[in-house]
Amino acid sequence: MSLSLLFFIVIGAISLAAAYGVVASRLPIHSALFLLAHFAMLAVLYITLDAQFLAATQVIVYAGGIVILILFVIMLIGSEQIENQGDYRSWTPYVAMLLGLILVSTLVYVLLIEYTGSAVAGTALAGGAPAAVGIVLFTQYILPLELAAILLLVALIGALLLARRPTAEKPLKTIENLSLEN
Amino acid sequence: VVPTNFYLVLGALIFIIGAVGVLTRRSALIILMCVEMMLNSVNLTLIALSRQWDNLNGQVFVFMIMAVAAAEVAVGLAIIIAHSRHTNTTNIDEINLLKW
Repeated sequence: MSLSLLFFIVIGAISLAAAYGVVASRLPIHSALFLLAHFAMLAVLYITLDAQFLAATQVIVYAGGIVILILFVIMLIGSEQIENQGDYRSWTPYVAMLLGLILVSTLVYVLLIEYTGSAVAGTALAGGAPAAVGIVLFTQYILPLELAAILLLVALIGALLLARRPTAEKPLKTIENLSLEN
Repeated sequence: VVPTNFYLVLGALIFIIGAVGVLTRRSALIILMCVEMMLNSVNLTLIALSRQWDNLNGQVFVFMIMAVAAAEVAVGLAIIIAHSRHTNTTNIDEINLLKW
């Protein structure tokens, strides 16, 4: 067994265990911390896949942004709401696990047994360095990049509007109201 | 070099763990986390195939998916905050205002 394969198996096992922890832990805050570990392990896997820029982006966007945002929300709305287990929807977990087993067996069969693609040896990736990704991003994909910027702006404004604490209803400052006040 | 198969199988397993989490958990926050996990497994698949075919387009797609995921999680968390302010719950079984 080569060293890189051993490394992949160790990192993959940690990331799978963290993913299981996200689903299985009772407290939402534990789930968020498992999610952080999961994202960090995926960033390591991205480096082994010649995607250095995306590994850095993964750490910055997911571990630094999304998980922190989720932790803020958990602390804001309180994480003490324990789900009442087995209250209702008692049969759906079993259906979910059955469907998951069918899906995993199908995918593993297709990917491990039927899949026969061989890697193309080449140097176009350039290790996924920022320069290589940036040239593609800013020449061939400039329109989607600008659209993503607009999407982020719209999402920012929408999140602000949705999460804003609703202020008490004030009378509109129309001409009549102003004259009534005076 | 680790074969691309293994990365694809790992991505499939993570996706399935996320899907089972979405179907079994009842807290809206944890469902959002599981959706993020599923998005990440797709990212892993795209990056693995990008190396497989020696083509940078897959990595650019992953970059776009990350932008969409950030927007999605921001709006989703804002909806959860706004709703929990009204009803004081994040249990999706009790969020049934629009149910027929």
